[in-house]
Amino acid sequence: MGILEVKNVNKNFGGLKALSDVNLSVRENSVHAIIGPNGAGKSTLLNCLVGKLIPDTGSVMFDGQSVLGRKPYEINQMGISRVFQTPEIFGDLTVLENMMIPIFARRDGAFRMHAYESVARERGILEQAEHVLEDMKMADKRHMHAASMSRGDKRRLEIGMCLSQEPRLLLLDEPTAGMARADTNNTIDLLKQIKEERDITIAIIEHDMHVVFSLADRITVLAQGTPLVEDDPQNIKGNPKVREAYLGESA
Amino acid sequence: MLGLNKKDTTLLLVVAVLTLFAPFILNPFPTDSAMAQFNAGYPDLMQRFIIFGIFAIGFNILFGLTGYLSFGHAAFLGVGSYSAVWIFKLFTYNVIPAITLSVVIAAIFSLIIGFVSLRRSGIYFSILTLAFAQMSFALAYSVLSNPKFNLTNGETGLQVYADDPQWFHRDSLPDLPHLFGLSMNSTYTLDVGAWRFDFNAGYYLCAVILMIVFFLAIRIFRSPFGMMLRAVKSNQQRMNYTGLNTRPYTLAAFVISGMYAGLAGGLMAAMDPLAGAERMQWTASGEVVLMAILGGAGTLIGPVLGAGFIKYFENIFSKINDTVLHSWFSFLPDGIEDFMVFIVHPFIGKGWHLTLGLLFMLVVVFLPGGLVEGGQRIARLLKGKKKTPPSDGEDHHPKKPPHVAE
Amino acid sequence: MDAFLLQILNGLDKGSAYALIALGLTLIFGTLGVVNFAHGALFMIGAFCAVTVQRILNLSFETLDLTQKDFLGNPLKIKTPYIESWFGQDIGAAIIDWSVPLAILFAIPIMVLIGFVMERGLIKHFYKREHADQILVTFGLAIVLQEVVKYFFGANPIQTPEPSALRGSVDLGMMIGFQVNEIVYPIWRLVYFFFSVTIIAGIFAFLQFTTFGMVVRAGMADRETVGLLGINIDRRFTIMFGVASAVAGLAGVMYGPLNPPNYHMGMDFLVLSFVVVVVGGMGSLPGAVLAGFMLGILESFASTTWATTTIPGINQIIIYLVAIIILLTRPRGLMGRKGVMED
Repeated sequence: MGILEVKNVNKNFGGLKALSDVNLSVRENSVHAIIGPNGAGKSTLLNCLVGKLIPDTGSVMFDGQSVLGRKPYEINQMGISRVFQTPEIFGDLTVLENMMIPIFARRDGAFRMHAYESVARERGILEQAEHVLEDMKMADKRHMHAASMSRGDKRRLEIGMCLSQEPRLLLLDEPTAGMARADTNNTIDLLKQIKEERDITIAIIEHDMHVVFSLADRITVLAQGTPLVEDDPQNIKGNPKVREAYLGESA
Repeated sequence: MLGLNKKDTTLLLVVAVLTLFAPFILNPFPTDSAMAQFNAGYPDLMQRFIIFGIFAIGFNILFGLTGYLSFGHAAFLGVGSYSAVWIFKLFTYNVIPAITLSVVIAAIFSLIIGFVSLRRSGIYFSILTLAFAQMSFALAYSVLSNPKFNLTNGETGLQVYADDPQWFHRDSLPDLPHLFGLSMNSTYTLDVGAWRFDFNAGYYLCAVILMIVFFLAIRIFRSPFGMMLRAVKSNQQRMNYTGLNTRPYTLAAFVISGMYAGLAGGLMAAMDPLAGAERMQWTASGEVVLMAILGGAGTLIGPVLGAGFIKYFENIFSKINDTVLHSWFSFLPDGIEDFMVFIVHPFIGKGWHLTLGLLFMLVVVFLPGGLVEGGQRIARLLKGKKKTPPSDGEDHHPKKPPHVAE
Repeated sequence: MDAFLLQILNGLDKGSAYALIALGLTLIFGTLGVVNFAHGALFMIGAFCAVTVQRILNLSFETLDLTQKDFLGNPLKIKTPYIESWFGQDIGAAIIDWSVPLAILFAIPIMVLIGFVMERGLIKHFYKREHADQILVTFGLAIVLQEVVKYFFGANPIQTPEPSALRGSVDLGMMIGFQVNEIVYPIWRLVYFFFSVTIIAGIFAFLQFTTFGMVVRAGMADRETVGLLGINIDRRFTIMFGVASAVAGLAGVMYGPLNPPNYHMGMDFLVLSFVVVVVGGMGSLPGAVLAGFMLGILESFASTTWATTTIPGINQIIIYLVAIIILLTRPRGLMGRKGVMED
């Protein structure tokens, strides 16, 4: 029984079948990669997991509870954090403030009217935020406006923000898309480090095979909205069906 | 002090000093001098500075922090005025219950309007608030003023008549709004040589309230709640995926700013016990937007400066006429003098709105950060172009449109 | 039935004005992505084009008629418009009489020019800025234009009568088989309606059948892609702005006889036109037209004695009420497209 269980999920857009009978099981404390050619339904699947889309049929269970019908913020409060393809951060706020917000969200829930307290007096939150920043090696940037950082740093910040919530499941949507090689390698190292140091489950959607094979414990290949195979990395490499659907055309 | 850091305490003290000594500061010219026309230390004008300052501070909590541009905030101001006048009519001229009720009623109104309008964002939100405000205006102007049910007294405006019940009114109390017997109209005039300074009870009531609400605004800006509001402006998508529900945050900001508007409306009625529908028109909403922008949206002191600036120049410009202009340009040769008067004429007196419109455009085009940013630029120039690090939490002007989720 | 029809007809003229202004707003919004709060001012300027033409045509010189005396015993001064002395009295008087329709010829170049200047001089710089900034700067511009007109023409409404041949009413009911005097309708309203329909049809035909229109429509759907094709989309959008400005102006020119123009008529119509655009669906041209007529007619129904006695003042709030309900139930408006103004 995995921490995330997707069963028989279908999703149509108009007449187009985006997902058909998708089954997926993500084991706790593993890195599970979802790969597939363009238009295979990877993003649709991800959106179904985080509450942006609701599947037409099927079930999505996280830790024994259904996520279907819940809003994104409710799903996050259940313990799922998401990293976007283009980093989504609070560009107008400083790096430190960016880091404090998820920590507030974890402590205070989806809404709290703390309008009279002072941020400066929230020692606990400040310390945690500083701590995560140091972990992310960004402590020197704490007073920068987040929007003025490089893309790699924004990605790093976004991952840090997600980790600061100590999620049980971290979803990554093509975390290295559009990145230079050096930034990509940095991100891989960062993710490896996270995987080693924490009790965390990671589900990752990725195009870059280098990234996938350096990180994944298990891989699901999606093609035309259906899971083709789910297996360990070494078996995936040799699987002829996968070669045909995916690796073949990019090799 | 009061849980503020040093910088904010200084800011609060500056505002306190400015408001408390305004009767001196705004009357720098001797009463009989030619420059006396630039004096602004008259009780009613000073009251307006403060009241619109409160209005703008509140508006800025919504617009400056969350980026939601409401074009209907004048409706809450109007609602506040009507509520206060009804208290005067039915119960007592004491301003405390009147102002309290203004705030409460405005809160209820803004809760309803905000609940509906905030289901949409961006331009849709602006137009929804505009539609609500215009509807409120129409309601106040004609719909709720028919013989069967006269809540607003339509075009004439709501005012207190001799045959109104005023159940708690006693003969010993002034026949005008008062604070436990102290008439809002009472003014102590101090003559010092050629100068004259007016100390008005109503003004000081407004000033004290301004200081309180300015203090509260600082607390909100520096609170986790304020930070969340700035996060809403910056990236709603990230908010949602960080486990935060943006709706109650924006609604709370909307209601708070509505309460500020109601307070301003109540004070307006407390200074002059009548309420008219024109206070709710969308041009009035546009004016408060301008105040916030001109001063610097998202900054603490900006809206107060903007309100003061606009109300001061409105007063001065409206007073200037051609005779005054001729006296200004009299040092020039005759032909040029007439020409200058001809050029300036459209912008003064009744032409104030033209100036206001131009000002609006110029500020948005050249100084999106408003007077505060202008001041910072000048300060930077004076310091010799030394690069100053962005001050924490002082200005937040995003250069990109905010992301808003469904 | 006849009362029902009459209310529909009564709603047509306002509906036409809403539709024309909303059409321009949507065109600008769809092509340029700009929310133009100064669009109402263009409508108002159009109306004042008619006023100007009327004044120019009425420019007169004075002659003394020695045979007649005024009440002070001085020779009577007679004003003769130059037009009459140039073209003879009959033709001259006819030209003056037809000053409103003639103003169309005058208004088209003026409005297009104003549109160009506005777009190149101001709006252009706001494409990439926030919608709030666009709203604010065009709001400021609207105030400026309004005050300039007020400065030159004063604050009072100015009569711009329709040609005498088109004054009065026709008995529409009789033509379609009703009793005499059941449906009597002012001729100019009918003229205004057909004029609007012609312009609307013209715009749609232009967008549908010309290459230019095709590019503009493609640009409305997906600006970036069209830009990638190497088509100079900006120049076309400038022209579109001119067209939208002319449409608003013409709507204003012809509206004068229905309601004497004053300097704030633009603002009055603007708020409602925005509501119309939103109800129709941001960026949808048919939506704007449909919603314009619909709300105009709805307003006319709400103005009947029956409606106003049941709910006093309903005619003044009906449009806002409907707008609020529609926005909440159909967030994209009646015919709005997905992806337009979602942020």
